[in-house]
Amino acid sequence: MSRLRGLAFPVALLVMAQVAAMATHLQSYTLAAPSDALLAGMHAVADGSLLIATLQTLANAFGGLALGGVFGLIGGILLGSSAIADRLMEFSVEALRPIPSVALIPIAMLTFGFGFRMEIAIVAFAAFWPVLILTRNAVAGIDPALLDVARALRLRPFARTVKIVLPAALPRIFVGFRLAAGIALTVAVTVEVSTNPLGLGYGMILAEQSLHPDLMLAYLVWIGVLGWGLNFAIVHAQRRLFGRSALAGPS
Amino acid sequence: MTRAGWRLASFAVGALFIVVWQLLANAHVLSPVYLPGPDRTWNALLRGFASGALSDQLWQTVQRMLLGWLLASLVGVAIGAAIGLSAPARAYLGPTLEFMRPLPASAVIPLAIVFFGLSDAMVLGVIAFGAVWPTLLATVHGFAAVEPCLYDVSRALGLSRLAVIWKIALPSSLPDILGGMRLSLTVSLILAVVGEMLASRPGLGSGILVAARTFHSADLYAGVVLLGGLGYVTAQGLFALEARLLRWRRTAI
Repeated sequence: MSRLRGLAFPVALLVMAQVAAMATHLQSYTLAAPSDALLAGMHAVADGSLLIATLQTLANAFGGLALGGVFGLIGGILLGSSAIADRLMEFSVEALRPIPSVALIPIAMLTFGFGFRMEIAIVAFAAFWPVLILTRNAVAGIDPALLDVARALRLRPFARTVKIVLPAALPRIFVGFRLAAGIALTVAVTVEVSTNPLGLGYGMILAEQSLHPDLMLAYLVWIGVLGWGLNFAIVHAQRRLFGRSALAGPS
Repeated sequence: MTRAGWRLASFAVGALFIVVWQLLANAHVLSPVYLPGPDRTWNALLRGFASGALSDQLWQTVQRMLLGWLLASLVGVAIGAAIGLSAPARAYLGPTLEFMRPLPASAVIPLAIVFFGLSDAMVLGVIAFGAVWPTLLATVHGFAAVEPCLYDVSRALGLSRLAVIWKIALPSSLPDILGGMRLSLTVSLILAVVGEMLASRPGLGSGILVAARTFHSADLYAGVVLLGGLGYVTAQGLFALEARLLRWRRTAI
């Protein structure tokens, strides 16, 4: 029932748009009826262009997420397990973190030219920070008794990190990756819309510039579905892996 | 070591990184066409402010960001309050809002270009649209989470609906709203920069893009440093505002 009520608003909006478009015999370079957008979307699926664009965008988003996530994880473990390192890096983190990721677009463009490398570099920078900060907090916040156990067992630092620290901090580290995944997709689409001729963002800009509002709207809805689906999948995985309690924290 | 001592040490580490950057640039690891040293970046900053070009761009971007953010905050709090106060509205609109939240705001840029052209209004519209979500959703959450007893009290006191919102619901959801507005401000800066790049409106975003396209790497890095500074100042400013506005909470608990 509640699901039906949630659907009522968007369905009503779509029906209204469709009726309005049919009543006015819409012929436009800026707007398209929902049915035309659906047709254009099906064409894009049929000729494979939507699939290729989606794969390009996802490759960039996940490539950047993996790169930034690994560096963020390593840095977060270092800062979280050593209070000295954390204090020494305080200013550098504070100074670099507020740089808007999109400000790096021109730098990456100049250094790498257009293509996957440039986009992955920017996504990696954006995905690095949430993983770094949440990993640091998670590692610094684990139960001191666990560290006493590690000391009693005389574990080396590496074994201690892998066997005690990481498993204990994992649920909160996962939250960092969840945030980073959303950011990665957003930044990938942003880079494509603004400069890089790849993927869904560029497909949208191309549809807009070639006066195909139906295709543009189809891309927009598909990007929305993709973002929603990614978030849904990660929240679902989180619940499966760590139970309901792990969902606390910034959503 | 004292707190100030650690702070100084962390400045020293930051300075060390800048020295390493200088050495890398001097060693021509990357061609100076692509990678300027901190010395050339600093000179470009001074030159830009002396000629007024950089300060103009900074001002344009700040205006855009703040205007879009204020618009988003007003709309977000107003709509969020309306939805948060009414359970049926939450049931009907909640799922749509949840669908819109993960949508990359930059994906509406092509749509905005179609409606507004490559204009200042387009950039402002995109900033406002993208920045509205964190504030709106935080407001919905804040209003929905108001202690039900407070509503009973207000009914007993015979408060009007407006008085309930102003005196009870708004203050009690202020922590959520301010948290959302802080996120919105970050989004505003990002979208201001992207919007300027795409629509070629004057500002730091288009400034650094032009600098990159003309291989003026020192100007490019100067612009990026300035954007980082802008991000830092606005985030700190909002933290300070939050601490000030929420002072009553610490004493109340």
